[in-house]
Amino acid sequence: MFDLVWLIPTLPALGVLLNGLLGRKIEAANKSLVHWIACSAVGLSFFLTCLTFLELLQLPAELRLVEFTWFNWISAGEFQSYWAYQIDPLSMVMCLFVTGVGFLIHIYSIGYMGHAEGRYYRYFTYLNLFMFSMINLVLANNFLLMFLGWEGVGFCSYLLIGFWFGNIDNARAGKKAFITNRIGDFAFLVGLFLLITHLGKHGVWSVNFTEVFSHASALPPGIVTAVCLLFFIGCTAKSAQIPLYIWLPDAMAGPTPVSALIHAATMVTSGIYFVTRSNILYQMSPLALQVIAVVGALTALLAASIALTQNDIKRVLAYSTVSQLGYMFLGLGVGAFSAGIFHVVTHSFFKALLFLCAGSVMHGLANEQDMRFMGGMRKKMPVTYLTMLIGTLAIVGFPGLAGFFSKDEILWKTFASGHVLLWMIGVFTAGLTAFYMFRLIFMTFFNECRASREVQAKIHESPRTMTVPLIVLAALSAIGGYIGVPHALGGSNRIEHFLEPVMGTGPGKLIAGGEHLAQEAAHGAYHPSLAVEYLLMLLSVAIVLIGIGLAYTLYVKERERPVQLAERFSGLYRLMFNKWYVDELYGLIAVRPLHRASLFLWKGIDVLIIDGVVNGLARIFGWSGTWLRTVQTGYVQAYAVSLLLGVAGLMLYTLFVLVP
Amino acid sequence: MIEHQSLFLALAVTLFFIGAAGAVVRRNAIIVFMCIEIMLGGVNLAFLTFTRTTQNLDGAFMVMCIMAVAAVEAAVGLAIFFLLYRKTGSIDLEKFNLLKW
Amino acid sequence: MSPEFILPAVNFQCILPQILLSLTALLVLLVDVFGLVKKANALALITLAGVVFATLTLFSGTGLQETAFSGMILVDGFSFFLNLTICLILILTILVSMNYQQFFPGINSGEYYSLLIFAAVGMSFMAAAGNLILLFVALELMSVSIYVLVGFHKDNLRSIEAALKYFLMGAFATSFLLLGFAFLYGATGTMDLLTMTEFIRSNPEVLSSGLFLSGVLLTLTGLGFKISMVPFHMWTPDVYEGAPTVITGFMATGVKAAAFAALVRIFMVPLGSLPIDWSMLLWVAAVLTMTVGNIIALVQDSIKRMLAYSGIAHAGYLLIGVVAGGELAQAGILYYLLVYAFMNIGAFGVLALLGKKETEYNTLQEFSGLGLKYPVLGLAMAVFMFSLAGIPPTGGFMGKLYIFSAAIKSGYVWLVVLGALNSVISIYYYLRVIVVMYFQESGAEDVAFPAPSPAITLGLGLAAAGIMILGVFPSYFWVLAQNSVFVPM
Repeated sequence: MFDLVWLIPTLPALGVLLNGLLGRKIEAANKSLVHWIACSAVGLSFFLTCLTFLELLQLPAELRLVEFTWFNWISAGEFQSYWAYQIDPLSMVMCLFVTGVGFLIHIYSIGYMGHAEGRYYRYFTYLNLFMFSMINLVLANNFLLMFLGWEGVGFCSYLLIGFWFGNIDNARAGKKAFITNRIGDFAFLVGLFLLITHLGKHGVWSVNFTEVFSHASALPPGIVTAVCLLFFIGCTAKSAQIPLYIWLPDAMAGPTPVSALIHAATMVTSGIYFVTRSNILYQMSPLALQVIAVVGALTALLAASIALTQNDIKRVLAYSTVSQLGYMFLGLGVGAFSAGIFHVVTHSFFKALLFLCAGSVMHGLANEQDMRFMGGMRKKMPVTYLTMLIGTLAIVGFPGLAGFFSKDEILWKTFASGHVLLWMIGVFTAGLTAFYMFRLIFMTFFNECRASREVQAKIHESPRTMTVPLIVLAALSAIGGYIGVPHALGGSNRIEHFLEPVMGTGPGKLIAGGEHLAQEAAHGAYHPSLAVEYLLMLLSVAIVLIGIGLAYTLYVKERERPVQLAERFSGLYRLMFNKWYVDELYGLIAVRPLHRASLFLWKGIDVLIIDGVVNGLARIFGWSGTWLRTVQTGYVQAYAVSLLLGVAGLMLYTLFVLVP
Repeated sequence: MIEHQSLFLALAVTLFFIGAAGAVVRRNAIIVFMCIEIMLGGVNLAFLTFTRTTQNLDGAFMVMCIMAVAAVEAAVGLAIFFLLYRKTGSIDLEKFNLLKW
Repeated sequence: MSPEFILPAVNFQCILPQILLSLTALLVLLVDVFGLVKKANALALITLAGVVFATLTLFSGTGLQETAFSGMILVDGFSFFLNLTICLILILTILVSMNYQQFFPGINSGEYYSLLIFAAVGMSFMAAAGNLILLFVALELMSVSIYVLVGFHKDNLRSIEAALKYFLMGAFATSFLLLGFAFLYGATGTMDLLTMTEFIRSNPEVLSSGLFLSGVLLTLTGLGFKISMVPFHMWTPDVYEGAPTVITGFMATGVKAAAFAALVRIFMVPLGSLPIDWSMLLWVAAVLTMTVGNIIALVQDSIKRMLAYSGIAHAGYLLIGVVAGGELAQAGILYYLLVYAFMNIGAFGVLALLGKKETEYNTLQEFSGLGLKYPVLGLAMAVFMFSLAGIPPTGGFMGKLYIFSAAIKSGYVWLVVLGALNSVISIYYYLRVIVVMYFQESGAEDVAFPAPSPAITLGLGLAAAGIMILGVFPSYFWVLAQNSVFVPM
């Protein structure tokens, strides 16, 4: 089975080729063939991933690292890079949910995009291309191939955000995402080059993960920190963290399944995946980990505060994604890498579910996105309502559902590693999350319907292709947490054990001195008792319940209160409603000065001086060309003379230079 | 011995350059081609000269090949000249410069 | 005592692909003469089948390293790689020709295909030649076939004029080559390349003898003519413009590949130990060749003629590899020749597709709006142009990268700087084609051309795919090229 791993990314690539090159004809001939091709490609990938996963489970834990080299990709001098995949617990966990959730969203898209006449094939081509890139990202066994996937998913995200490019705002949102990501990618590349050159000094001309990590201890600590921080800047762009999170809310301009797949479940988690993959590097740099933890916690808080006031259903979910990603980084930052990945997995289930539910609501309401014009959908869309309620309970961390286990794991690890302040931020954010998520539920599904009469008449439950994925995802959101029930609750935290071989301190010990680091980490933290763990758990559940209660009071019982509150705290409200003016701030400190500087460079330097020189040179070449071509008279014997002259020149050169 | 060799070589090179000069100066395509044949004659002489000094037959064998190939070239060349003459009524090289610059 | 009869060393296995190719050529000729098959594309298909079969038999000889026919033939990685390149050139040319006959029915004849094959056989023997005699005969086999092919459009005066020019200049230059061979023979006493290498190694004083040096220079003249090295390049634009377009693509790539093979076999190996002043000479030739080709190409209106001049410039880039010397540069040349085959036949193939019955369809203006009207064709042309200009991620970029980096390793930094500047100049005229195709409204006269046949679609698709594979996944062929360098035993 391991030999077939190359098929996992190749199948979606075939889908891209088929639909991309022949899509227009296929769609004209038979529209359903387009989605059959796309969905079966991803479905087969998922199936193969499952088989590979099962086979990996057969191996003993310390042997769970299989590399598959497809071919030699780039060789330049001593530097070699292969097109090669790596099958290990981490890549398999990622690949499983990427292909699984991806498959469900492909199916959902059949119903959702059914009206996109003429662009149907294009949509599925992009979606398959995304799957191809994402699978390469998570399966790659080296930095370079991973970066190919990294850029590929960014590119697909750009294409899909601007999918309805007829509206200039959508095109702008795509551009914003692309440019913000480029800033991060730049830092990422600098980090990669730094890593390659410094490893090269030790004779390691490779970007293979295993090789890099096993030689990482040879690097000076300063370099490791610099590399880690540069990589992390790349991750802040891709995974929407402070300061580069600004593109994600705008990215909601894309079709809703895209928001679910790319901007919630998979692509935005690649930063977390990357940090976890490189956990050996990061564990060597406490400073970088500290930065990650602080940035994660602050992002979680900031995004949650913005989400409180938004009225656009997709924007609320977008900020909630940013906030949840912040939690994951918080987990990574305190060294709880497997907890971070655990939250990635559960989050992918319930966030994809929430987005798809939102899409289903919008589908029923003639694409209305403003929650102020929704309401009372509980009875008209029962399936959507129920599944969305499950998703919401999961995300707020209601006991027993997926989010409860993963979020609590992160918070507990934060507390246990001694970051009490960050833990407090986390718990407070959990309360905010509960509030804004239930605000969304109440505004959408409860009370009377505020949509216009014509729209109301047409409200309908979504087709089967849409509701079935919702139900599957709801089931996963409900039970997904049981792969990681903590010891305190009588579980065995299976996912943590499964992921252990990937961690630098695990039994597979990839770095020399890994044990030493682990001991040091264990020594630094103090170990609170089981009682404390229960207490904290109860505390966070209580806070969640308070949040829900508050939302119920404000948005179901006393509905005039929110307006009054907004007036009373108008300053704070406006700050939050306008997203803390971060976009404007960036405009002031970065975009506008840059714009002015580039105007100067353009008009002053480029047009006057550089263009002048270039045009002048071009004219000189043009003249010399016009003159030189006249030598080419068309008379054969003139050519013969030129040949003779050449021979004569060579002979003279021999006689006077070579022979004496 | 060496003097004789240089005499023969001098003759070969002279022949070669007489041919080259003719090929550049004359206008009639057939005469130009014949001049090229003179050049090949010079080359053949050079090969035969070296065959005598080096005492192996490679040179002589090469001369056979050159003669055979020259015959082939003559056939193709004459066909081209013939075609040109049929088309334009002339084989004056000065007249053909449709393709230039 | 009667002398013993010793069986000559004959090993047909070593020249199996060439034998098969020649048999195919004869078969096509006979089939045509006796009118055995009536269907339109039958001849082309028979040829194609034969050539593909011969190409497959090539692979049975991978990894061989031996001499055959008393040292006449060198069977090694080098000849394998070049034979592969030449066979690819042949296959692409045949595919592209199958469409060209729509405008030019005369091309659908046994002579045409058998001449193509014979020319290719000449090329492949040039790549495998271990002896100057065979080198000469192979070169003439290739040249004579191509003289005829250039003039194949026998109703078109331009075609005949091109044939006349190529023929006269070719015969003229060959005389110089032969005189050079004679001098080399005189100085070293042998025509066998390996023996010659041995001789030079054991008698290094021969390197500074007048006879030997003039031999080298005259040989350089003859081969320089074939690769259109300045100042022996004058015939190139005229002949490329006048020849039927598919033949232009064939000769631009095939003749260049074969002549560079001979150049590498003679110059980079036996003469590798020539004094430094010697590479100065090639240094100047390389710079002149690149610059003259590029600068005149800048001001051409006809795309076909522009590509002809650009062919000169590409010979200049390849000469950088010859100057650099060493195994890395050899591998770079091999790689570049392979890429060049794809991109140049592709570009000329597009021109051939747009051909008209009387005049070749080729001014720049006639391309305006083409990219929008025929998106796939436009895309293919854009790939060829980007690759010729050497822009990543195409194969043309990787080829240049390999040659330039080999030159830098050998210390020719300025040469590489000049080469890079030349690439910059070339970008102007290559991209102009793309600009015209995509950003200019098509003229009032609506130019429609017959729908492309499956054959040409396949040919152009193969060429574009080849370029992208060589550009994005260079490793396989780069390693193959590195394993194919010629190191005399």
